[in-house]
Amino acid sequence: MRTLVLPPHHYLNDGYGIKSWLLTRDHKRIALLYLAAITFFFFLGGSFAVLIRLELVTPPGDLVSDETYNKLFTMHGVIMVFFFLIPSIPSTLGNFLVPLMIGAKDLAFPKLNLASWYIYVLGGLFTIYALVTGGVDTGWTFYTPYSTVSSTTSVIPAAMGIFITGFSSILTGLNFIVTIHRMRAPGMTWFRMPLFLWSIYATSLIMVLGTPVLAITMLLVAAERVLHFGFFDPALGGDPVLFQHLFWFYSHPAVYIMVLPSMGVVSEIVAAFCRKQIFGYKFVAFASMAIAVLGFLVWGHHLYVAGESVYAAMIFSALSFMVAIPSAVKVFNWTATMYKGSISWKTPMLYAMGFIGLFTIGGLTGLFIAAVGFDVHVTDTYFIIAHFHYIMVGGALMGYLGGLHYWWPKISGRLYPESLAKLSAGIIFLGFNLTFFPQFILGYLGMPRRYHAYPPEFQVLNVLSSAGASILGVGYLIPMAYLMWSLRYGKIAGANPWGASGLEWTTTSPPPTENFAETPIVTEEPYTYPLRAEAHLG
Amino acid sequence: MAEIVHPSPALAHQFDNLEQQKEASTLGMWVFLTTEVLFFGGLFVTYCIYRLWYPAAFAAGSREMLIWAGATNTAVLITSSLTMALAVHAAQTGNRRLLMSFLIVTMLLGCVFLGIKAFEYHTEFAEHHVPGAAFEFQPQALRQNAQLFFSLYFVMTGLHALHMIIGLGLMSFMLWWAWNGTITKEYYNPIEVSGLYWHFVDIVWIFLFPLLYLIGRHV
Ligand SMILES: [Cu+2]
Repeated sequence: MRTLVLPPHHYLNDGYGIKSWLLTRDHKRIALLYLAAITFFFFLGGSFAVLIRLELVTPPGDLVSDETYNKLFTMHGVIMVFFFLIPSIPSTLGNFLVPLMIGAKDLAFPKLNLASWYIYVLGGLFTIYALVTGGVDTGWTFYTPYSTVSSTTSVIPAAMGIFITGFSSILTGLNFIVTIHRMRAPGMTWFRMPLFLWSIYATSLIMVLGTPVLAITMLLVAAERVLHFGFFDPALGGDPVLFQHLFWFYSHPAVYIMVLPSMGVVSEIVAAFCRKQIFGYKFVAFASMAIAVLGFLVWGHHLYVAGESVYAAMIFSALSFMVAIPSAVKVFNWTATMYKGSISWKTPMLYAMGFIGLFTIGGLTGLFIAAVGFDVHVTDTYFIIAHFHYIMVGGALMGYLGGLHYWWPKISGRLYPESLAKLSAGIIFLGFNLTFFPQFILGYLGMPRRYHAYPPEFQVLNVLSSAGASILGVGYLIPMAYLMWSLRYGKIAGANPWGASGLEWTTTSPPPTENFAETPIVTEEPYTYPLRAEAHLG
Repeated sequence: MAEIVHPSPALAHQFDNLEQQKEASTLGMWVFLTTEVLFFGGLFVTYCIYRLWYPAAFAAGSREMLIWAGATNTAVLITSSLTMALAVHAAQTGNRRLLMSFLIVTMLLGCVFLGIKAFEYHTEFAEHHVPGAAFEFQPQALRQNAQLFFSLYFVMTGLHALHMIIGLGLMSFMLWWAWNGTITKEYYNPIEVSGLYWHFVDIVWIFLFPLLYLIGRHV
């Protein structure tokens, strides 16, 4: 066994000054800029969750006032959704991997890519401004007329923060779409692309088609609040339900912006650690596209109790059920891939397994609430909270962490400490379930969301949930610590530590600024594992 | 490989050749325009719903518009689209002076549009047609819903005007690039892509004009 060394020239040692980072056009460095920024917002958003769970340990509202509590869950939602989950995988792993996976030197528009990061940061600054000027209390959904007429908090800065960040997401999606269409290396046909790219492509479509609708909606909210243009205010002839339609036209598909990239990550991890071709590659690829398309047709399931007509509700319900089909195709195909695979239980695989299990629970409870009758019973209760946290945290975040571990050797050139990583994956899985499973029961029993006080009979389940949250918090801090540690002290990874297939593993770790010494020529199908495993051993 | 290839100075490092670069930037603009369609789409949906609910107020509101101004502006914009198309053609054939002339004419027409629009806004302000406490409308029964019409009018035409201003900025850049020789017969794609944007903004107006100015005038 020869000792591995870092390559002499790679993107990380190609310039050291602050300017070489802040003015970089290298997609890999921009990915790291995003990584730093979204990690900051993740822990900021997480700190509000800590305060929420602390308040809910006891039935009376004793830690914070009801008004402060409203601001806590609003800021938690706004920051986690718009500043962490939406950009998480696309702008970090996506940015890093899209050119590498298709054998390109960079994204199609590197300057635009850097601009997207600055736009994101500007949006973030607006949100922080909203925070320090007293916060917002409308909920992350900004429902009118409360947000436009009644609320006395910093609605405008927060809405502008979301408006601005939206353009970052639009331009990132645009960059990915053009790159995937026009920059693929010779021989890299659509059906030779890794499934991660199909997911990113589907995600980009949603970003480009959905986000502008949210942007115009936020602009109309601002116009109504500042200029008293009555688009949504009934007192001025407007209709608040129209706001809900426009908002959810984006915000339902936004769930797929969060979870589709994670599905792509899981496909890569499952193939690599089962040493097998993904079962039904084309089905998984088309399932991503089907989810993106169907995702735009189901927003009405958020309006069952908002005065939507019975017929509209029935149709939206039926369409929502249909989303389960491509989602289940994916879950079954991952499972079929694992069947008789030689599975190695490395950390990324643990996260992938966590994703599959938790996403399945989140998805199945999604079917419960897609049914109109059941939804009326649990609308605005903790059942909804539990459901979407299973999708967004159990699904999207697990996939993000799994992907971060899987590609960490490529990003940093070094290995993370495996046993500590496995331990923290276990802690996160345990903490997550302890936090959110009791919330399904609480919601079913009738505990409403967004209240800082509750009847004493709900206390046991709430204490369990808060205890789980503290475990979950520890679980997030450990990877943060050891990943930083590994940047300096981790073992040198080598080009392909997992013996994985895919172009990104054929170049050095970390890759050179130009990604590949020469443009690769692709001659084989994706996930040709038996061949590669031999090559790796030999 | 006998042929020695000198990469064009216009070729960005991430592309293999100018053809790929051209295809990428054209596709990029089309994707961006798709985003724009959805952006204005939200407004058009809002407009459609309220017009279905309050047809009388919307017709009355529309009758208050200065139709000569809207019609002139429509003609001005269509003409500017023609000069823009001619500018693209001049760029393709490498005629720099013609390219610059057509860009200048396009920009002048854009300024005429904005000037007329500003005059209209001024008139509406003077007639108390700007939504808010000072809003006045006769008959009084339609006042509230006519205010909604004017809210939509100002947001829709305002965002359109903003797109025009961005377009003028883009054209100034193109004029500069045409002047300093960045734009050549081989590398005229920026002009083509800016042209796509300009035509798009024009098309948005083609929808706005009948919806805002003409709906009250039939029968
Ligand atoms: Cu939904």
